[in-house]
Amino acid sequence: MTVSTSRPAITNPKVLALFRKQARKRALLIAIAITFALIVMALPVIAIFTRAFAEGLAIYWSNIIMPETLHAIWLTVLTALIVLPINLAFGIAASWAIVHYRFPGRRALQTIIELPFSISPIVAGLCYLLIYGSMGLVGSWLDGFDIQLMFNLTGIVLVSLFVTCPFVARELIPLMEIAGQDQEEAALTLGATGWQTFLHVTLPKIKWALLYGAILANARVIGEFGAVSVVSGNIRGETMTLPLQVQLLYDDYNATGAFAAATVLTVIAVITLVLRSAIEARHPHGH
Amino acid sequence: MKKTILAAVGAALLLTAPASASDAPKEILNVSYDIARELYAAINPKFQAYWKEKSGQDIEIKQSHAGSSKQARAIMQGLKADIVTFNQVLDVQVLADKGGFVSKTWQQDLPNNASPYYSLPAFLVRDGNPKGIKDWNDLVRDDVKLVFPNPKTSGNARYTYLAAYAYALENNGGDDAKAREFVGKLLSNVAVFDTGGRGATTSFVEREIGDVLITFEAEVENIRTQYGTDKYERVVPQTSLLAEFPVALVQKVAEKRGSVDVSTAYLDYLYSEEAQDIIASFNNRVHNETVKAKYAANFPEVRLIRVEDVFGSWEKANKTHFAEGGVLDQVFTAK
Repeated sequence: MTVSTSRPAITNPKVLALFRKQARKRALLIAIAITFALIVMALPVIAIFTRAFAEGLAIYWSNIIMPETLHAIWLTVLTALIVLPINLAFGIAASWAIVHYRFPGRRALQTIIELPFSISPIVAGLCYLLIYGSMGLVGSWLDGFDIQLMFNLTGIVLVSLFVTCPFVARELIPLMEIAGQDQEEAALTLGATGWQTFLHVTLPKIKWALLYGAILANARVIGEFGAVSVVSGNIRGETMTLPLQVQLLYDDYNATGAFAAATVLTVIAVITLVLRSAIEARHPHGH
Repeated sequence: MKKTILAAVGAALLLTAPASASDAPKEILNVSYDIARELYAAINPKFQAYWKEKSGQDIEIKQSHAGSSKQARAIMQGLKADIVTFNQVLDVQVLADKGGFVSKTWQQDLPNNASPYYSLPAFLVRDGNPKGIKDWNDLVRDDVKLVFPNPKTSGNARYTYLAAYAYALENNGGDDAKAREFVGKLLSNVAVFDTGGRGATTSFVEREIGDVLITFEAEVENIRTQYGTDKYERVVPQTSLLAEFPVALVQKVAEKRGSVDVSTAYLDYLYSEEAQDIIASFNNRVHNETVKAKYAANFPEVRLIRVEDVFGSWEKANKTHFAEGGVLDQVFTAK
């Protein structure tokens, strides 16, 4: 929008008026965007930190190092550590299959992968309970072998897998569709093994999208409340993830503890955001 | 190890994974209602010391807290609870009726209907009681706005609803139509229906909606402690409804895990003077005479009505009032 100074100055009053009008419009739009972002996004985040530190650093810290909160942080991280690799592997396999192969049920698979986006997490949790709970279809059978899937880490991991299932595949499918498989075919004809082809040809092509998907999935795992709350069993110091812990502390009238735990979630979210922006800056992609 | 392949990976990392059910259990799980966390966190260390002295064993007590209906369903779906400590009789009963998790005679297995402590719906009003609230009939005045959760979703609010209904029946010679009219008016005075007790507290305290918050007496006192005893007052009505906090052994799980002894001891311990003292200090009313005398000043006189005496049973009350198309729905839509 800046007018180059080397050009002759514009003197036509009509054009000048038009410029002024545009500038006003611009200022107005920017003001609206910034105000909105401040009120809707920035203020709540600032509020979290203000409230968490309201009673001083020492109290904040003592709330963070409460064994239960520490355990919640650990459990949340652990869940992400288990869920992400599975998600990556599944995402790559599913995208590859969907893009490169034609098979019966291909479209269905594509739809199923997207399902978690349209199902409320609470409903997802209840469905898991219905099937894998000890009265459920699969759960009652497993119960005979003393295997319990719900109300422990397995349950939390399972529903987390469910809610994050689409993220990686969603990033990969469009990319793979554009890239095609010529290079892979070339590599294979030149004698590369399947694994070599994947490692040296496919992976470099998709790595940014992969990372991007993983980061989104990670943010989702860490923040998931609804589905986890149904299958966690709410055992303190054992099956409470951070979002559950935040609510529990809040319900106990321990607002400082709740907000302190929330700051940890926020920090993780901000790190995720920064990583995401960094990746987007390095590798801007289609959407 | 009752773990799956998947969890095995995690369990190896997660060193606190529960031990298998061998001779002496190392931990038991108390599955409880949502606002009892601090209470049981205070009782547990005392019990641990007591049990160590009695049996020489170390025991860890895990706690799980959520809405008690949700907890009952979780147990039926496989949450391995050794004992339950709920705030709804029906939620224990369902465990006895379906799948035999709890003994059929659970209410006779322990004193006072297996309820170590009790409470009642009481009122929280703003400082100075500006609207002069004294009893249930003040709550149906046109100038009074109420806050309590939706009886459809909150057990807490069901007590409030039934207490008001029982009060109206008593004061109208058992006239059912008049009682319906009374609770209809009461419901129409509610400024905001939150889904649970905590939401109602937020509405009343932080959003400053309404003149009266109705919830358990113990919770009324907790809110005052939390938000300022000088800003809010407790009003205990002349009559209210007995709210029991039933406890029971989940025999199906405890027998399998070999934890019957320690679990039973835990439940018995809740009736001991030591535990009753802690429970009373959390503003719950108890039966132990010594403790009662010690905390007498904290608990004003009130005449308590039993659900069983007015409505037959919890099950009947539920069916008549809270089921789809029940009295609650009728008085609601009549408005």
